[in-house]
This record gives sequence, C-alpha cells and structure tokens, in this order.
Amino acid sequence: MDWVNVAIQGILLGGLYALFATGLALVFGVMRMVNLAHGDLGILAAFVALFIVQSLGVGVLWASVITIVIMFLVGYLLQRGLLNFTLGADDTRPIVVTFGLSIIIQNGLIMWFSADSQGLDAGTIENISVKINDQLSIGWYPLLVFIASIAVIAGLQLFLGRTKLGRAFRATSDDREAAELMGINNRHIYGLAMAIALAIVALAGILLAVRTTFDPTQGAFRLIYAFEAVIMGGMGSMWGTLIGGIVLGVSQTIGSQAFGAGWGLLVGHLVFLTVLAVRPSGFFAKTVTA
Amino acid sequence: MSVLEIQDVDVFYGDFQALFKVSFTVEEGQTFACIGANGGGKSTLLRTVAGLQRPRSGTVLFQGKPVDQISAHDRVKLGIALVPEGRRVFPSLSVYENLQIGAYGGRKGDWSIESVMELFPLLKPLSKRQASSLSGGEQQALAIGRALMSNPTLLLLDEVSLGLAPVVIKRIYEAMVHLVGIGTTIVVVEQDVQHVLTVADHVACFLEGRISLEGKPSDLSSEAITAAYFGM
Amino acid sequence: MSAPAFRVARSTRMHRYVLIVGVLIVVGLAAVPLWAQVSVTRTLVTFFTLLALAQMWNLLGGYAGLISVGQQAYIGLGAYGLWLIGDVLGLHPFIAVILAGGLAVLVALPVAPLIFRLRGGYFAIGTWVVAEVVRLIVANIQATGGGSGKTVLSAARLPIDTRITGTYLLALLVAVGSILLVYFLLRSRLGLALTAIRDNELAAQSSGVNVFRSKLYVYLISAFGCGVVGAVVAMNLLRIQPNAAFSINWTAYALFIVVIGGFGTIEGPIIGAVIYFALLQSLSQYGTTYMLLLGVIAVIMATKAPKGIWGFVAKRWNLHLFPVRRRLMLEAPPDDDADAAGPSGTVVPESA
Repeated sequence: MDWVNVAIQGILLGGLYALFATGLALVFGVMRMVNLAHGDLGILAAFVALFIVQSLGVGVLWASVITIVIMFLVGYLLQRGLLNFTLGADDTRPIVVTFGLSIIIQNGLIMWFSADSQGLDAGTIENISVKINDQLSIGWYPLLVFIASIAVIAGLQLFLGRTKLGRAFRATSDDREAAELMGINNRHIYGLAMAIALAIVALAGILLAVRTTFDPTQGAFRLIYAFEAVIMGGMGSMWGTLIGGIVLGVSQTIGSQAFGAGWGLLVGHLVFLTVLAVRPSGFFAKTVTA
Repeated sequence: MSVLEIQDVDVFYGDFQALFKVSFTVEEGQTFACIGANGGGKSTLLRTVAGLQRPRSGTVLFQGKPVDQISAHDRVKLGIALVPEGRRVFPSLSVYENLQIGAYGGRKGDWSIESVMELFPLLKPLSKRQASSLSGGEQQALAIGRALMSNPTLLLLDEVSLGLAPVVIKRIYEAMVHLVGIGTTIVVVEQDVQHVLTVADHVACFLEGRISLEGKPSDLSSEAITAAYFGM
Repeated sequence: MSAPAFRVARSTRMHRYVLIVGVLIVVGLAAVPLWAQVSVTRTLVTFFTLLALAQMWNLLGGYAGLISVGQQAYIGLGAYGLWLIGDVLGLHPFIAVILAGGLAVLVALPVAPLIFRLRGGYFAIGTWVVAEVVRLIVANIQATGGGSGKTVLSAARLPIDTRITGTYLLALLVAVGSILLVYFLLRSRLGLALTAIRDNELAAQSSGVNVFRSKLYVYLISAFGCGVVGAVVAMNLLRIQPNAAFSINWTAYALFIVVIGGFGTIEGPIIGAVIYFALLQSLSQYGTTYMLLLGVIAVIMATKAPKGIWGFVAKRWNLHLFPVRRRLMLEAPPDDDADAAGPSGTVVPESA
C-alpha cells in the first residue's frame, strides 16, 4: 500500500508540474519562443503574494487573485515592451534575453527578500486529508492543486478551441504574416499569450509556495521540470503536458522511495532522457505546423 | 476619387531594390492586372499595398488618404485585403474557422460564410475539414473566400492561378467577374497573360522593378505586350 | 576595360602585425610569474579560464547556433576529472588537466545525439538537464565526497612554486589554445560548414554539408575545452564541490562575456572577458548586485546591440583581427605586394 500512496503523491505532484508547464507550452506554441525565465517568474509571483500578505494583511486567497492580475499585466508589458523586439531575425536572441531575465529576477529577489526559504501559510487546508482506508489517505491540498491544474488546462483548451481570440492565437501560431492580413495584430496576440502564461505560472508559483517552502533559486528547477513535462507530453498538446507532468512526478516520488531522498530528482531526469531517446516527439505528439 | 494611388514608390529588401519609383492609379470598380516575368516586383507591390512591406520612399494612397503609417492588420479594417502568393491558409484550422478568422477585423459588409460558400460551392462539404488536408484549388478558393470575409473595397490577388488545374482556374476567374459585378476593385498579379487579359480593364507590365508598359488591353497589341514582358 | 580579376583572400598585411603583437602579449604574460605576486597570478588564472570558457561557449552558440546553458556539466566533469585522474589514478595533475578534457568528451559523446533532438530554447534547457543529472550523480555518490566535495590532494601536494607557476602557465595555455583552436577550426572545412549551417541549415544540408556531424564535432570540442577549463579552475582552488563546479553561473559568465563582447567572433569574447573582469574587480564585493547588473547589461546588449562591442568596432572600422573570413578581392595591380589588401584591393561586400 505504501507504493500506491507514493504513486498517488507523484500523480498529484505531476499536476503542479503540468501547471508550471502550461504557460511555457502556450508561449512556445503561439510564438515559438522558449522563455528561460518562466520558472523564475512563477517564483517571483510567490514572492509578490508573500509581500502582499505581509504588507496589506490580506489572506492568501485575495493575495493570490491580486498577484495573478499583476502577473497578467507584467506578462503583457514584458512581451510588448521587450520580448517582441527579440523575435524574428535569429532565434538565439530570445534565449539570451530570457536567460538574462532569469538572472535578474533571481538576484533581484535575493536582494529584496534575502536567499532564505520562505513559506506562504494558507491555514488548515494544508493539513487535512481524505482517508481512503487505514493505510491510504490523500491530502486535500495536493488534491485541490491537481484539480486546479486540470481546470486550468481544460479552460485553456476551451479558450483556444472555441473563442474568437483563441482562434486568433492558433492562426498566429500557424502563419504570423497571414494572420496579420486577417487584421490580427500579432504583437498584441503575443502580449496576451505571455500575459496568460504568466497568470497561469503565477497560480502555479503560489500553489507551490503554499505546499512547500520556496526561495529565489527555485525558479531554475521549476523551468526544468516544466520543460520535461512539455517534451515528454509532446509539443502542442496541453493534455499531453499533464501526462508528462504526471510521469515526471511519479518518477520522482517512486525514485525517492526506492533509492532514498537524494535520488528522486535524478530518477525523474533519467526517465525524461529515456523518453527523449525512445520517443523524442513525446507521448501525444501533434504534427507541429510551421 | 481613385481607390488606390501609388506615387513614386521605392521598395528595398535589405540592399536589394525591388521597386523603382513605381506610380499608377486604380479607379473604383476597375480590374487592374499586373503582369510580367518572375522578379519583376509584382508581388512586392501587392505586399507594399497590403502593408507587409514598407516603401523606403514614395506614398501609397488608399481612397485619397496616405496609408504608409498604417500597419497591415489595420489596413484590413480600412478595406484592403490581400490573397497572398501560395494561398497561406491556416493549416491547423478548419475551413469554417479559416473563414471565421477572415472576419476577425470586424469590418461591416455583405459577405458571410454562407455567401462565400455560395460563390465557391466546393467549400460547402469541406466545412469541418482541416485546411491542410485540402487540395490546391480548394485552398485557393478558401484563401479568396477568407479575404472576402473582411468585406474589402480593394482586393489584391497574388498569383491565384499558379499551379492549379484549368477547370479550377476557370471557376476562380468566374468568381472574379462576379466580384467586379458587385463593385469590388481588384488588383490581380498574374504570369498567365492570356487569361488575365480577358478580365482586366487596365494592365501594367512589370520588368525588373519598373512598369515597362501600361494601358487598356484593347489599346495594346500583343507584340507590344510581349516586348514589354521580356524587355525587348 | 578588361574584366576585373577576383581572388579569394583571407590574410591581409594587418594580420601580420596582429600576429606579432599577439605573440609579444603572450610572451609577456608567460613571464608574469617571474616577477608577480601569487595574488596577481591567481587573478590572471581566473581571467584566462573565463576567457577560454567564453571562447568555448561562443564556439557553440555564436558559430554553431547551439545556445547551451549547460556547459557547467563539462566544467564540473573536468574539475572532478582532475581529482579522478590525479588522486585516484595517480597521474601527474598537470597531465590530468588535459585528460580531464577527454573525460568530458567521453560523457558528451552519448549526450550529443540525445539533446540534438531538441532545438533552440528547448535545446538550451536540455543541456541544463544534462548538467543537473551529472551534478546530482556526483552529489549523491559517497566516493566523490557527496555534497561537500573533495580536496584535490595530488595537486595540493605539489611543491608550491611548481603548482602556482604550473597552474598559471596551464591557464595561459588554455586561453591561448582556445583562441587558436577556434581560429583554426573556423579556417577549416568545418568552419565553412558552420557558416553555411548558420546562414541556412536546409540549404547547407542539401549542398552536402553533414549538419549533424558538424554540430557534433563542435559540441565535443566545446566539451573538451570546458573540461580542461574546469580542471584548471580546480587546480587553482584545490577544492571541488558539486554545487560550485556544476553551477549555472559558469554559463551566466560565459554568456555575459560573449554577449557584451560580440557574438560569433573571436575578438568578442576577448574584449568581453576584459570588460567582465574589470567589472568583477571593482564590483565583486556586491555579489548579488553585480549579477543583477550583468543580467541587465546582457538584456540591453542583446536587444539593442546584438553584435556586441566588437560588432560595432568591426563595422565602424571594417576591422577583423583574425583572418577567418574568406573575402573576394579585386586583383591588386601587379607591382603591389601580392599579399596586400588594404587600400589597393577593393573588398567586395561579404555575406558572412
């Protein structure tokens, strides 16, 4: 029963990884850009929420709402004010610029909040659990995080598939110039894509911050896990990303259980590299058009 | 008032000059044909009118107003629509969605998905199909239909018959006649001179970035056109 | 008027002066341990390793278009390689430095085909994953000292003068070697292939360039260079520790140096390393602020001046210190020096 427990923990953890991955995948899908600061922006959001809780004295829930709105705006402005100018000519530029951003955010956070670990306290929800039977119980909070991830991915799918703006996202992804000829301002679309990506990663960052302690250097790891979820799931498939996240989460928890605490992360990476070797297009590869 | 006026337009790709001081005027309801060999600058001209290319000097006037400072996506809202070379339908979108996207700019007018399907009945049964699975002719019809969804005053057609079967070309030219009938102004770029002269009421021949001959088809002898075409 | 005669040229008269000045600088630097204090040679060792690291990173990113944020994998492997070959296998540490590069190549060989399946930004993160994997393995194994690391005893036990002078000369050798390596590489067929790939990968492939193999060679060479750099760093510090040896900061330094100095040139990383080092000497006590500042500079440079400082200089004065490019020249008049290009030969604009 122990192993089942560990696997369930892994599945729930995978939901959080998928949530971190969703924004990364969305931005890549719409504008073929990989944001190396993606994880750091999620951690930044956690610190913003912490700051709001501490300075305004509001609860975590309200602080989260405010933070998500702030990160949405930050995303739009970041894209239109900086990142749009790196797109086009050669594809090395956005990598360099977003890596630079990652360094800026990380060190900025250390300057502002110190390198110490922080926690975001959401109250009793963190500690209560549902008892399945004598050996097995699932924490409410991890379950809630998992459900939130599924809800976000479903919502995003609906947005992309059913709305006028979602259609414009897909058209821009297919052919930027042709979309321009339809009256779609790609700079605006890119801005919105980054805004949505950062709103989602803000949620992910806050959910992570409530679940465990966090510090300014965590962003890099979040980026790596998100990336592994995206690649394993198959580029262009949001549900694939969820499966990718779950595979990663389960690999890590089972790895820790089997070989000891230090080895869990390594097992996760090795499973990823194996998938890359055996099935480089991921579990649910869509043919990427472009 | 003329719909389109090009004044002394110079266009460059980097150091390469594609158009040299090109000027001409297109009147309302006209079908203006740009002919000429590859590399003559015809496509560049259409891209410049649509706003995808910026002239280094010179001016493009649409309905009497300069549009040089207006980006491509805003020109659509003014009533300029380009059917680009190579069709460029959105491959991952369905036929229906491609047409929906055509109306993205929200410009008012008579065109609807139903009326486009009436103009190109071949699209009707394909509505739910992904555009990437369509044949060349079907994609071309879709590309034109998609452009019409923006209710354009000025329709720019770039090499719409290239690589298509004669029967499809015939259908597209019939559609063009219909569009002219309802008052649409058309600028069409073609390499196939014989065909385009049947619908055009004004023709300009492009040679190495300059207009080498211009006039009404009825006033031009085929010898003059051949000479202008090949630069003899 | 007869048709102008063309020839393909690379060297110009200026390049002879560059060579002479370069040799003088290197000889001067080699003589530094004769008079300087240990603090000076130690500082210069850091400078040389950063310069070599930047050259290796630029070889990948600037010439092969492979932006890596995971070269710390090979830095760390080189550092641990020095310990493995020097302390465990018992070879002389100076020899172990070079062999440590070989260890990096051994690891890079199976890694390359795997991460080449990824492109652009995803390739970058893929290299990072590899670095993490190596770090986690080293940190979790007891034999390598786990998280607290090891002291490189074989190097620490050398006579102090031998060690300090030897480390210094090795570092200088690595720096000069990295420049020469990149230089001769670019003049080789591989260099031509890389230029073609950078301009248009598909066209290069259809012209018979083996894209995979070209990238593989560059990746392996860069891994070797980084491994040797890591070993020299370990030699200088005598202490290896996984979090420091496999730190992402190595990539950050290399990236800043190259972005500031100039992407895809040999001169760029040299200038960048000098600037970076000047900043480091004056601001390093501010640690975090310094890193923050570097991040800001990198972002501004990459958006506003993507060719870096050397790109500006090269364009302004049409200056290229290293004759790696092939230029089409109008044939000079017969009485002129056959090698001359300067004012008499007209340089036809190149498409590099």
